[in-house]
Amino acid sequence: MIGKSENIAYLEEQFNQRIANGETIEPNDWMPEKYRKQLIRLISQHAHSEIIGMLPEGNWITRAPSLRRKLALIAKVQDEAGHGHYLYSSAETLGIPREEMFDQLHQGKAKYSSIFNYPTLSWADMGMIGWLVDGAAIINQTTMAKCSYGPYSRALLRICKEENFHKKQGMEIIAALITSGEKGKAMVQESFSRFWWPTLMMFGPHDSNSPNSADMMKWKIKLKSNDELRQRFIDMTVDQALAWGIKIPDAQLKFNESTRSWETGEIDWIEFNAVINGNGPCNHERLEERRNAHSNGQWVRDAARAYEEKQRLKNKSAA
Amino acid sequence: MSENKNDQWDLWEVFIQESDNSPHQHAGSVRAADAENAIQNARDVFARRGKVKSMWVVKSEHISATTPEDVPSFFDPASDKVYRHPQFYKHTLDDELWKKP
Repeated sequence: MIGKSENIAYLEEQFNQRIANGETIEPNDWMPEKYRKQLIRLISQHAHSEIIGMLPEGNWITRAPSLRRKLALIAKVQDEAGHGHYLYSSAETLGIPREEMFDQLHQGKAKYSSIFNYPTLSWADMGMIGWLVDGAAIINQTTMAKCSYGPYSRALLRICKEENFHKKQGMEIIAALITSGEKGKAMVQESFSRFWWPTLMMFGPHDSNSPNSADMMKWKIKLKSNDELRQRFIDMTVDQALAWGIKIPDAQLKFNESTRSWETGEIDWIEFNAVINGNGPCNHERLEERRNAHSNGQWVRDAARAYEEKQRLKNKSAA
Repeated sequence: MSENKNDQWDLWEVFIQESDNSPHQHAGSVRAADAENAIQNARDVFARRGKVKSMWVVKSEHISATTPEDVPSFFDPASDKVYRHPQFYKHTLDDELWKKP
C-alpha cells in the first residue's frame, strides 16, 4: 500500500516511470489529473467525431446507386456508431459520465473532427470519405493504438480492424467512377478537389503550433507528431491519386528527390480555425441533426427502462 | 438502481467465445436496460462479423476486481514458487539444482 504521507511528486515519478517502461495504464491506476483531463478531451473528441461522422454519410444512404453500395454504406454507418460507443465507454472509465459528454457535444462546447463540417454534395464524396478521410483516420488510429491508456488502446485496435473495410469500399467507389468514363472521372476530380485540403487539416495544426503536444508525447497519448502523420498520409495518397489520373489542387506540390517525399503548399489555417471554432459550412446543421437524433430517441430509452421495471416487478410478485 | 438522474442505461460487460474450446474473453461493454436488451446490443456491436460461438453479459457492478494498490502483495506469493513450473524439474541428479533459489 502507498501511504497517504507520500506526495504527488513521488506518485508522478512512479507514473512517469511506468510510462517509460512501456506499461499500460488502467482505469483504477493512479494518474496525474492532467493526464486524465487530456485523455478525456482526446477520447471524447474522437467519440464525437465517429457519431457526427455518421451524418454526412447517412445523408447518402437513400440515394446510393445500387443495392450493393447501399448495404456497404449502411454497414459502415453502423460501424461508426459502434466506434463512437467503444470510445465513449473508454472515456467513461476516466470518470466522466456519457451524458456529460453528450451535453458538451449538443451544446456546441466540444470539438470533433473538422472534416465532418464539410458537406457531401455528390455520390463521389462517399468514395472520397472512405479513401481520404478514413485513410487519414487509419494512419492516426493505428499509431494511437499503441498509446499508454489501456481502454483507449483496446478500443482503437477494434476500430482499426473495421476501418480497413471502410477505406476499401471507398476506393472501390472511386475506381468504379474513374473507369465509368469522363463523367465519372469528372465527379471524382470535383470531389477530390473539395476534400484534399480539409483532409490534410484533419491532422491538426503544425507541431510548432500544437500547444498540448509536449505533455501528450511524454505520456504516450500521442506517439507521432501531427506533421509526421500528415506527411505519411500525403506520400501515400499523392501516389494513389496520380495513378488514378487525379489532379491535386496544389500548384506548389513537388516531389523532393532527396527526402523521397511530396512537399505541399501551406494549409489555409484561417479556414481550419474557422471550422474548428464552429464556423464551417455545416457545423450548425450537424449539431442540429445530432440534437434531434438524440431527443427523438428519448422514447426508446424510456420504453426500454419501463419494460425492465415492469419485468422486474412481475418477477418479484411471482417469487 | 434506476435513478433517472442519469439518462443512460446500466453498464454491462460483454464476454465473447470465438470458437469451441476457446475461453470467453472480455470484448467491451454496452449500455442496456435489462439482460435481454444487453445481449441484443452486444450482438449488434461486438458480433457484427461472425466468429462468435457464445456470448455472456454481466452487469458491470457485479464484477469484483483487484485494486492496483493491492496487486503486488496479492500476487507476490506466486512469484517465488519456481517448483510450480515444469522447468524446475530436471532429469539429472545434479547437485547444482539445489543451489538455485
